[in-house]
Amino acid sequence: MRSLDELKKLKAKTQKEISTREKTGKPTIIVHMGTCGIANGAREVLNAALAELKERNLTDIHVTQTGCPGLCHLEPLVTISEPGKKPCVYGKVSVENMKRIILQHVVNGQPVTEWLVNLEK
Amino acid sequence: MSCQCKGEAGQGKKYAFIDRIIERHKDEKGSMIPILHEVQQEMGYLPEDVQAYIAQKLGVPLSEVYGIVTFYALFNTKPKGKHKISICLGTACYVRGAGKILEEFEKQLNIKVGETTPDGLFTLEGCRCLGACGLAPVLTVDEHVHGRLKTSDVAEIIAQYKEEK
Amino acid sequence: MEFYRSHVLICTGTGCTSSNSRALIDTLKKELVENGLEKEIQVIETGCFGFCNLGPIMVVYPEGVFYCRVSEADLREVVQEHFVKGRVVQRLLYHEPNSTVKTTEFDEIEFFKHQKRVALSNCGVIDPEKIEEYIARDGYFALAKVLHEMTPAQVIEEIKKSGLRGRGGGGFPTGMKWEFAAKAPGDQKYVVCNADEGDPGAFMDRSVLEGDPHAVLEAMAIAGYAIGANQGYIYVRAEYPIAVERLTKAIEQARKLGLLGKNIFGMGFDFDIGLRLGAGAFVCGEETALLTSVEGRRGEPRPRPPFPANKGLWEKPTIINNVETFANIPRIIRYGADWFASMGTEKSKGTKVFALAGKIKNTGLIEVPMGTTLRTIVYDIGGGILNDKEFKAVQIGGPSGGCIPAALLDTPIDYDNLIAAGAMMGSGGLIVMDNDTCMVDIARFFLEFTQDESCGKCPPCRIGTKRMLEILTRITEGKGKPEDIDNLEALAKTIKSSALCALGQTSPNPILSTLKYFRDEYEAHIHDKKCPAGVCQALLSYTIIEDKCRGCGLCARNCPVNAISGKVKEPYVIDREKCIKCGACMEKCKFGAIERK
Repeated sequence: MRSLDELKKLKAKTQKEISTREKTGKPTIIVHMGTCGIANGAREVLNAALAELKERNLTDIHVTQTGCPGLCHLEPLVTISEPGKKPCVYGKVSVENMKRIILQHVVNGQPVTEWLVNLEK
Repeated sequence: MSCQCKGEAGQGKKYAFIDRIIERHKDEKGSMIPILHEVQQEMGYLPEDVQAYIAQKLGVPLSEVYGIVTFYALFNTKPKGKHKISICLGTACYVRGAGKILEEFEKQLNIKVGETTPDGLFTLEGCRCLGACGLAPVLTVDEHVHGRLKTSDVAEIIAQYKEEK
Repeated sequence: MEFYRSHVLICTGTGCTSSNSRALIDTLKKELVENGLEKEIQVIETGCFGFCNLGPIMVVYPEGVFYCRVSEADLREVVQEHFVKGRVVQRLLYHEPNSTVKTTEFDEIEFFKHQKRVALSNCGVIDPEKIEEYIARDGYFALAKVLHEMTPAQVIEEIKKSGLRGRGGGGFPTGMKWEFAAKAPGDQKYVVCNADEGDPGAFMDRSVLEGDPHAVLEAMAIAGYAIGANQGYIYVRAEYPIAVERLTKAIEQARKLGLLGKNIFGMGFDFDIGLRLGAGAFVCGEETALLTSVEGRRGEPRPRPPFPANKGLWEKPTIINNVETFANIPRIIRYGADWFASMGTEKSKGTKVFALAGKIKNTGLIEVPMGTTLRTIVYDIGGGILNDKEFKAVQIGGPSGGCIPAALLDTPIDYDNLIAAGAMMGSGGLIVMDNDTCMVDIARFFLEFTQDESCGKCPPCRIGTKRMLEILTRITEGKGKPEDIDNLEALAKTIKSSALCALGQTSPNPILSTLKYFRDEYEAHIHDKKCPAGVCQALLSYTIIEDKCRGCGLCARNCPVNAISGKVKEPYVIDREKCIKCGACMEKCKFGAIERK
């Protein structure tokens, strides 16, 4: 370590790696992984989300899973949950849709309203 | 692993590994205790001729080495059994019944604390706090820690290490 | 860079390792590979979470789900349910001792809720074997700050202002200690970390070393800069193999990154650290004895003054601080003295780590602001007494400390209140005792310990502790004499004022404090030949309560000396002459018909 800058760089790099363990205050992507979801491709959607986040270096966005919320006919379902905001549920999410949800909603904060399945849109 | 040298080996040549250990520490201040640790690690204990050898190599009186070896509880001058059972006698273990566990071992191994079984398999010791108080009472057999003990576990632990031999 | 959606933290501290956490990690990694999840889910080995009783402990992020007592057999289910389907495995969750409601997230658990983690802030959060994770949580930035922005005098001023006092026992103000060493003339000075945590029942230093070793290294370098030293030593117990291993790795990593060694941050400051292993001598926790041991000699204390700040290691000015004290330093530099001083009481600032053990539901490691009451610690954090028995006392400060009775449960804990109560902070071991613990026996236990560990250099300690132990042993054997209490008190006062080092001076504390609060127990032993707690074997007798005995004969069959006789279906009788008081009959009786008095 020859300078403070080197230390700062190393910190920034590792901080991204361990941000999974911190509360970041950023939106969380929740993929619903019930049997119905998995049968309809939730696993692929999850992988797509991870790939997209890695691509964009957005490692402070948490991706978690949960069970089936009961809307089996709309699977795969993805919920974007943000601290202090109403969760947004997306239905029939495809790999392509997932990418757009990340870009438009997660990054730019604009929900993709036409795909939302929450009762009040 | 453990060196089988007997008493007459005090003349030097047989302790090449000690020479290596001393060589490694030669520029270090206050290296006596680390050297004794490493020698004991190799031999299992520190017999008198080894102490004499170290004293001679370091150019200090034997009394100084002997004084250190006998002062610290972790240095042994007698060989130990193949498996060392150390029962923690710290406060947390004590209030949770470590004394009874120790008694049970004494009974089942038919030796007193500090002794080794005639077959050389087990040495029984009480030891100072291991810092695993959350699991009291605890003991270690060699490097393995066993926690949340009951007197009924004793037979099983002995059997386990007997099998391992 | 790999990106993992989930981090699984498994504790590899001494407690959980004893509960088999190593095997758990191997199996989990295998299961993840089998399910193709090894690139999504990362397994991280961390230091102690503090909740040792529930080990092995596993925390899953980002959700923060807290699983406890996880076995290898449970892992398949965790992987299938939680990692594949996102369903938390309910049965492995924690539930509070007094309720059946399961708690998912670990910051909601009562045990953690009342805590304030400063010295332990990284324990159980980072992988202690990766210096990068320490750096990611602002590690080594305090060292950078002092080297770039502060003069040594400013560093000392900041530590003084924070009000930090030594966490190893005496509670001497750390900043003042540093100032003395800084002002002492000498070309060569030393920084020593006392990690010879010898108090039975204390394991906070072990946990810090295992969970956050770099915090100690960084603090030692800061101290080196402040007093003008470029060499440090850590004196650690050989009984802590994991701590030794982690420290060795940490020192190597820090050297590799140039955070130890020559010309750190290119600021012209050199500092390096060597490791010294203790060899099993309690007295080496005393600072002057520790220094002689580092020098490679018999660890005997020597009179003070001269204090180590003037004449320490190899007669050079030296500061010695304990592990927990050092762990606070980088945080004080980063967040400022005012932040630190805002916690705690008027004369005891900051937080204190305690090892909670004994007859308590939640055993483990906790950190609370100074001034927290014992009641909060025992009942809110500790969950109350094991088997809901009655609280009797808490022993604090190890062999140098004392017992605090129920009447003082609401005392805010700080250095001065503990001294006033006849105990001391010591290193912070808290052993909870219930009504089954005999206070005379506990005093005897500690005296046996100090007697055994007395180095023998000064007569008050060598002979005095022996005499006190003899008297106590006599009392517990039912041979106590009426004058024994007075003799104990007289001996205690003499030893306190005349022993050479703290080990001897404080050795009477366990006796004095139990005499102060539990004098009636001593009297019952001496005058009535009774042990009220039912511990001292010589004073006990077992009897069968006629009304409760169903005459099943189980006791008689289990008696090793055939002291019990009787006819089936009629009350049995114990022959007092033959009885060896082993208690086997009482353990076996299903009807609670055997009484011990």
